[in-house]
Amino acid sequence: MGEAQDEAMTGAQRLLSGPVAVVNVGLEGFAAELRQNGVEAIHVDWTPPAGGDPKMAAILSKLGV
Amino acid sequence: MSGHVVTEIRRGFYLDSVALMRLSREVAAMEGVVEAALMMGSPSNLAIMRDAGLIGPDCDARPNDLVLAIKARDAASAAAARDAALAGLDRPKAAAGGADAWRPRSIAAAVGALPAANLALISVPGDFAAAEARKALRRGLNVMMFSDNVGLADELSLKREARERGLLMMGPDCGTAIIGGVPLAFANRLRRGGIGIIGASGTGTQEVSCLISEAGGGISHAIGVGGRDLKREIGGLTTMAAMDLLDADPATTSVVLISKPPHEEVARKVVARIAASAKPWVVCFLGAGKLALPPNARQAASLRDAAELALGRPVGAGFDNAAAARGASGARRAGRIEGLFSGGTLAAEAQLVLRAAGRQVVSNAPVPGVGEPGQGDAGHDRIIDLGDDEYTRGRPHPMIDPSVRDDMLRAALNDPAVAVVLVDLVIGFGAHPDPAGHLAAIVAAAGPGHAPVVASVTGTAGDPQDRARQAAALAQAGIAVAPSNHHACGLALALATAR
Repeated sequence: MGEAQDEAMTGAQRLLSGPVAVVNVGLEGFAAELRQNGVEAIHVDWTPPAGGDPKMAAILSKLGV
Repeated sequence: MSGHVVTEIRRGFYLDSVALMRLSREVAAMEGVVEAALMMGSPSNLAIMRDAGLIGPDCDARPNDLVLAIKARDAASAAAARDAALAGLDRPKAAAGGADAWRPRSIAAAVGALPAANLALISVPGDFAAAEARKALRRGLNVMMFSDNVGLADELSLKREARERGLLMMGPDCGTAIIGGVPLAFANRLRRGGIGIIGASGTGTQEVSCLISEAGGGISHAIGVGGRDLKREIGGLTTMAAMDLLDADPATTSVVLISKPPHEEVARKVVARIAASAKPWVVCFLGAGKLALPPNARQAASLRDAAELALGRPVGAGFDNAAAARGASGARRAGRIEGLFSGGTLAAEAQLVLRAAGRQVVSNAPVPGVGEPGQGDAGHDRIIDLGDDEYTRGRPHPMIDPSVRDDMLRAALNDPAVAVVLVDLVIGFGAHPDPAGHLAAIVAAAGPGHAPVVASVTGTAGDPQDRARQAAALAQAGIAVAPSNHHACGLALALATAR
């Protein structure tokens, strides 16, 4: 596929045309299984943001933090 | 309260729920330990531990604190269990991904380290999942949200944002997806091919995709949309996006759509979109009445029907009901069917099959026309969805930990009113390593007069558990194995009406 055509694709179309590469946030086992299947996956060492306060976490995410 | 209770709080220490479940199990199995819980200090988890008498009313743990609570027969056992738990807590973080592996602390840092990333798989607790999904979309990542307990308003705003950005937002509560052959979360290793799937249900998508794959067909992509996508409030935003994607996808030659019956406005939009497609479609709205579909679409009445229509040939060819019935150990008697399911959509399909056969059916997750369990239903068939919230509160889903079924299974096996016990096994990535072995041990321990057991295995030869190996272990234990959930329901009906 040409670069110009690739540029015209949406992010969702590029996902389907592959290859899939994953940012895993949460259950670590999912990242391990993806790697076993030969899929590029990076696991985020996630902890509840904003001291575990969901409302504050939602506000921060809307601010792009 | 009898026994010796030890409670400890680790401030600002996070481990995911599956890792904590494994460690809790290890500690609970230690000598002298009555009960052990390692949980994050969310309000719902604290309530569970308070109800179990593991913590007092004054426990001040916060959601980002880890609570370790052990009840043991004596102080020495409690202390040994505490030491083992603390050692275990420090082990997984060091071991995962290699001790020297650098681990990003945020989605932004992860994208910096893996610029080719195009999908975020999000399975953090529901309270925080929308915030992480928003960050992912803004980094240009498609999202698969495994987390549930996400509000409708958040779901709607995330799906709108995804649409504006040309990204796919699968979920919340999206248990399975296959993108270009890659199994994500609870999914199976499938043959590649031209059949695309759009599913609002995890186990429905798994059953249809596995039946197709095991019968020699192949899957291009299976896109999960989340259980609420086709409700009026969400308006099928992800379903419509997935329909556009698969319609334009050169690798997809036909599409199967699986859902509970959608809201009628949403159903109209879906049908109109199918009419604008040149590809053949199969529509499986489980429990819906007859739909007015365009000529390029056919309606499937069951998951099996959906697989067969997509394939163009029957699944489970050569299966002999009578021979399978003879292979089931246990006493033959007429009576009711007890269905104990880990898959919600498999439980729904079972209700539809039994209801269509004229049986009286009750369920904790009833399809239209089926009642909830209550008084006066003693002789009725009962279909239980063990993945429902009432059974999974504070514990893993039965596909990860089948032991939630054990007590009900033992009771049903020895209940003289039960003619047949009907169960599903769902294997694949993310699922229990050997559900057949677990089930076989319980059936083997039941007395010789127990009710016969009928099972189906949702999975493929390529799965880590290997479908054929699981089926063989069941057959060895005298459990009748059917090639699909639909076949299993038919076999259960035959056994329940035999004299």
